[in-house]
Amino acid sequence: MDRRDLLKALSLSPLATGLLFAGMDTAEAKELEQSLNESFPQPDKKYEFANGRTPEEQKRDEELMKQKFFTDRELKLISVLVDIIIPKDEKSGSASEAGVPAFIEFIAKDMPYIKIPLRGGLNWMDVQCLKMFNKKFLDCLESEQLQLIDKIAYPEKAETGMKPGVSFFSLLRNLTASGYFSSEIGIKYLGYKGNVPNKWDGVPQEVLNKFGLSYDPVYSKN
Amino acid sequence: MFQIKENAIEYDVCIVGSGAGGGMAAYTLAKAGAKVILLEAGPYYDPQDPKYITQLKWPYESPRRGANTNTRSFGDFDAAWGGWSLDGEPFTKVEGTHFEWFRSRMLGGRTNHWGRISLRFGPNDFKRKDIDGLGENWPISYDDIKPYYDKVDKLIGIFGSKEGIYNEPDGHFLPPPKPRLHELMFKKAAKNLNIPVIPSRLSILTKPINEERGSCFYCNQCWRGCQVYADFSSSSVLCKPAVKSGNVYLINDAMVREVLTNEQGLASGVSFIDRNTLEEHVVKAKIVILAASTCETARLLLNSKSSRFPNGLANSSNVVGKYLHDSTGASRSGFVPALMERQRYNEDGVGGMHVYTPWWLDNKKLDFPRGYHIEYWGGMGMPSYGFGWGIESLNGKIPLPDGSKHQAGGYGKSLKEDYHRFYGAYVGMAGRGEAIAKETDYCEIDPTVVDKFGIPVLRFNYNWSDYEIKQAKHMQDTFEEIIKNMGGIPLGDKPGASSNYGLAKPGEIIHEAGTARMGSDPKRSVLNAHNQAHDVKNLFVVDGAAFTSQADKNITWTILALSMRASEFIIDQKKRKNL
Repeated sequence: MDRRDLLKALSLSPLATGLLFAGMDTAEAKELEQSLNESFPQPDKKYEFANGRTPEEQKRDEELMKQKFFTDRELKLISVLVDIIIPKDEKSGSASEAGVPAFIEFIAKDMPYIKIPLRGGLNWMDVQCLKMFNKKFLDCLESEQLQLIDKIAYPEKAETGMKPGVSFFSLLRNLTASGYFSSEIGIKYLGYKGNVPNKWDGVPQEVLNKFGLSYDPVYSKN
Repeated sequence: MFQIKENAIEYDVCIVGSGAGGGMAAYTLAKAGAKVILLEAGPYYDPQDPKYITQLKWPYESPRRGANTNTRSFGDFDAAWGGWSLDGEPFTKVEGTHFEWFRSRMLGGRTNHWGRISLRFGPNDFKRKDIDGLGENWPISYDDIKPYYDKVDKLIGIFGSKEGIYNEPDGHFLPPPKPRLHELMFKKAAKNLNIPVIPSRLSILTKPINEERGSCFYCNQCWRGCQVYADFSSSSVLCKPAVKSGNVYLINDAMVREVLTNEQGLASGVSFIDRNTLEEHVVKAKIVILAASTCETARLLLNSKSSRFPNGLANSSNVVGKYLHDSTGASRSGFVPALMERQRYNEDGVGGMHVYTPWWLDNKKLDFPRGYHIEYWGGMGMPSYGFGWGIESLNGKIPLPDGSKHQAGGYGKSLKEDYHRFYGAYVGMAGRGEAIAKETDYCEIDPTVVDKFGIPVLRFNYNWSDYEIKQAKHMQDTFEEIIKNMGGIPLGDKPGASSNYGLAKPGEIIHEAGTARMGSDPKRSVLNAHNQAHDVKNLFVVDGAAFTSQADKNITWTILALSMRASEFIIDQKKRKNL
């Protein structure tokens, strides 16, 4: 388009001149403003770039935090399960000590496609316990709980009828590992030593010796 | 937002896009005293400003521990704003074909979160048609661009080692960092197979090069942006100094609609919409430089129709949008039992591999025409969302020190110990290779669909050919050999024919190029040897769109060199009053 034609066109543009709302009643204008905001979200004045988040991301996360997905009972059940998956031992704390249940609830809100697999899996556990022990999972003895878990914790030897439980337990195991090892407790337990400004000077000599490796001369010319 | 009136100043140069090409043009022209207006579709970004910093944050500082979101495709702490889909800015595909399109909308564009792999093209890479009869030659040779590679090396900084390999030209290198443990093991295994493993070449400062930038402190988070400017991002290294010179006026959140032309058939400026206020603007400039990224630049040209240019601007060849090509990519991971339960120390290093493998074979002896390089990963990295995912497929297979094995999956203390002993023992590799640019792979303007701004969108048509699929097969064979040779267990099933040997979908590698290619024949190319449009002498393209072919080398370093060269050409032509 050449510039003359464009300027002619622009002067007629309603967005540029605000002609859009002339001669309309308030309700209509409000509806139109809302629809415009859907296509062109105006930055919410409350949110600005901060803490490495865009304004939209802060708003999204704030709203997610406010939501509640699991019931208190479900959260309790999750707590017991994740501590069976990663228990406290002499080396480090348990999954619930590392905040894993709250992490799993946030992830369910953040990634809604796991809501049903999680909620459904928890219910499935309760149904199995009712069949086996006439009690729901939380009301069972630990030995009873582990009887069920043993049927679903080992994908390679689980019976066909237990496969929904295997699928659920594998998902829960994966989420527990994600939440645990990305927590302060978990990172310390693994022994990750990074995320801090430092000077990298290669693999420590004792490790090189152990693996029978050494550095090319090109690296000594620093 | 500053509103530009119709009778406001006419800039010397208008640059669209602030990535590698646009940033370098702004920097170079500003230094020569030109008055430049730089339009960027995304918001302002500065890795140094605490508002934007994600570097050195722990995973637990995010409730999702670094997982991807629809606003951050590569993880919650990744610097990229934008991603695989942008709200209200769709694109379409011809049915039966496939293209993934990654768009970063921010000052500096994709240079904020890229891998910093900075490889010069070699002499052969400019003359591939002479060598194997496929594709097309560039209208320039390595000798034409070498002085600019040299200048870019010194201006921006890059580490590496002088190797004397003909088609992997050496640069002016800062010292390379020592390989990590798994990289030394890769090197040893590859050597047994006559596969070279040499220091990588990344645009990261292992030594300071000027007062404005710090040097690397080895946190392995380049993709989060660096608050001391120790790695190359166009935002910090080029745009910020360019604006500071006083000669560049930067406008963020400016979505350019089209390039405007005058009665003489020359570019006269651009029109854009401000994404926030929705005001329309017109910018007048004597020279227009497009660097909006490969596909956006093609889109701009094709959308800049007029009676003189009914086919889109600078498109008498009918080639704009065509010859779109991405790198090939395939990968495999492995598990190395010897790396289990090893001594813990800070193994972060720089934000990428310390070693890599440049293409080492003779294609005349193979069933595919072009080469690939190999990238390596592994190490005791920072845990985040996804850590240990799927351990049930591995922990039943790896014996304990006493020879016994756990039952796959499980729970409790023994599972916890499995996560601990496996930490740091995973490795992996990926190939990045050269595809043949084809006329039948292209993007065009969708005849009916517009984005929320009313700008017609792109429609893609792309299919890999047998050449690329066979190259990926060779990658998989090579990867499995190397992993086994280092005492590792290749993980998962070896990708086979049904998945094209793990060949990534077109666009997934995010190295797309070629849609406004350089060439000596104006009937079959858009740009001449100076990135100048054949049809419109005051219009230039300095992003990946200009690439006639893209070698097995990530294109950013070449974008920078070509943009600097084109900018110096503009300065020279202005002095001679040709522009």
